Amino acid sequence: MSEAARGVSEAGHRVKTSRSGSARLAYALLLPAAVLVFGVVLYPAGRALVISFYDVNSPFPGAYPFLGLANYAAVLSDGRVWTAAGHTLYFTVVSTAAELVFGMGLALLLAAPLKLRWLFRSIVILPWALPTIVNGAMWRLILNAEYGVLNAVLTQLGLADGYRSWLGSDPFVALNMVVAADVWKNTSLVAFFLLAGLSTIPRELYEAARVDGAGAVRSFLRITLPLLVPTVAIVLVLRTIEAFKVFDIVYVMTGGGPASGTQTITFFTYLQAFSSQRFSVGSALAYLTVLAVLALAMVYLRLLRQRST
Amino acid sequence: MRYRVFIHAAALFASVVILAPFGWLAYSSLVGQSDLLARPLRWWPERVTLDRYREIFSADQGAAALFRDAVVNSFLVASGTVVISLVVGILGGYAVARLRFPLRRTTLLAFLVTYMLPPISLIIPLYLLMARFGLLDTRTGLIVVYCSLATPFTLWTMSNFFATLPVELEEAARVDGCTRLGALVRVILPLARPGIVATGLFAFLLCWDEFLYALIFTSTGNAKTIPVAIAEFTGRNAVDFGLIAAGGVLAALPPVLIALVFQRYLIGGLSTGSLKG
Repeated sequence: MSEAARGVSEAGHRVKTSRSGSARLAYALLLPAAVLVFGVVLYPAGRALVISFYDVNSPFPGAYPFLGLANYAAVLSDGRVWTAAGHTLYFTVVSTAAELVFGMGLALLLAAPLKLRWLFRSIVILPWALPTIVNGAMWRLILNAEYGVLNAVLTQLGLADGYRSWLGSDPFVALNMVVAADVWKNTSLVAFFLLAGLSTIPRELYEAARVDGAGAVRSFLRITLPLLVPTVAIVLVLRTIEAFKVFDIVYVMTGGGPASGTQTITFFTYLQAFSSQRFSVGSALAYLTVLAVLALAMVYLRLLRQRST
Repeated sequence: MRYRVFIHAAALFASVVILAPFGWLAYSSLVGQSDLLARPLRWWPERVTLDRYREIFSADQGAAALFRDAVVNSFLVASGTVVISLVVGILGGYAVARLRFPLRRTTLLAFLVTYMLPPISLIIPLYLLMARFGLLDTRTGLIVVYCSLATPFTLWTMSNFFATLPVELEEAARVDGCTRLGALVRVILPLARPGIVATGLFAFLLCWDEFLYALIFTSTGNAKTIPVAIAEFTGRNAVDFGLIAAGGVLAALPPVLIALVFQRYLIGGLSTGSLKG
């Protein structure tokens, strides 16, 4: 505490500002951010809604026929949409679950009394820093059907009979490879979140448990897990929202193939709008995606509020 | 004792799983094409070369030149966005953290909700809009769009960070005759340096990583960013794996270095910025 700070208690009443003055200043300070964000977000969001009611099929302004809710009906009755939704759901559930399990393991290791702990921490942070597109391109090289290193390792170790196409023939295998690449990258982010949660658990609890004769497994199940529930919940929702929007890694690894087997909702929307120029169908799809994501976001905000009270 | 052996073995295993793909990427960028295409694969290369990196730095045209332009574009766009979104976010974040005004919580939530909106929902009208204003395929256009992505984040984390600083210091400065803005600049900002650095770095990484907007809004070396260049080259089914790998290494280098050098800031930022409500 400086001398100046001590003076405040005596002089504090002198620095009271009027309420309306402080509100005016607040709005002035928030104005640039609001213009920048809402200008680029609100107008397009409104436009997208309007576009979704018409039949806009070219990027040029013009008079397009009004369709009402027909685009939404078309989207909801399109089998390809439901297939893409299925892929998105599979991707989201499997990758989030795997990231939580592996992330928990990594977090426990990061918190453990390792020699060269700083080195391990530096290694774990690497996949998080790797750009998503580079991650996808890297795994595409590794999984290449003719020259990939995974095929080489598996055949030379005698674990596989011959080279196989990981991304190009079986849609389900390809989808799982995309999930694996995503898990490899994002587990480290989850681990650091969980590590932050771990560090808030008081050490005395573990000591007390040890005095009572509880082993490592027991104190993990009885202390660590229950106290990490809020953190896990937040990570779960954050990762779910991210996974739900997945696009980059699919684009670079498989381009949605083979046989559309890795097309996700965002990818399908992208194709509709920018390959087929069906901007209205794309907008309708996008709005349905927004509804789903907003529902998830509400859950997230509720969790945050519970945590802060 | 068994526990100690176990955790070290597990950490070693995890490190190998993490480092092996990185190693393969770097290796692919450095060995000759015939080493990469050999079947069965040779584990000891016949030729080690820096040619691809040299090509990227000196080529006038082709994929290598595009990689170089794209790295430059990525840098300019990310830096521009960081500067603008930090200034704007600091002002707004300060207002949210320190001033009382109607709809304070709602304002903050509105910013947060835009942060969670999937870009795919805005991209169609934005594309039509940018076409009309001649912003397609320009770095300026990308900066404007990226600011809308980064600002909710900078505003949110900065307001959280300001809230952790003691109010007394600021009040003391104001007793000494500073205005609110004067106190912000002279007292709060120096104290908030770690938070500003972490927030700026996160915003930089966010822009460096962004793909969907850049893919749709850019079409030539004028504005293409490095993820777009890599995705495009990879997608062409090119067999020049070495060049893709070299581009990948260059694209990964800035964020990886940032992450290693500033780990402490970033990990701290992760836990305070996003977890505290």
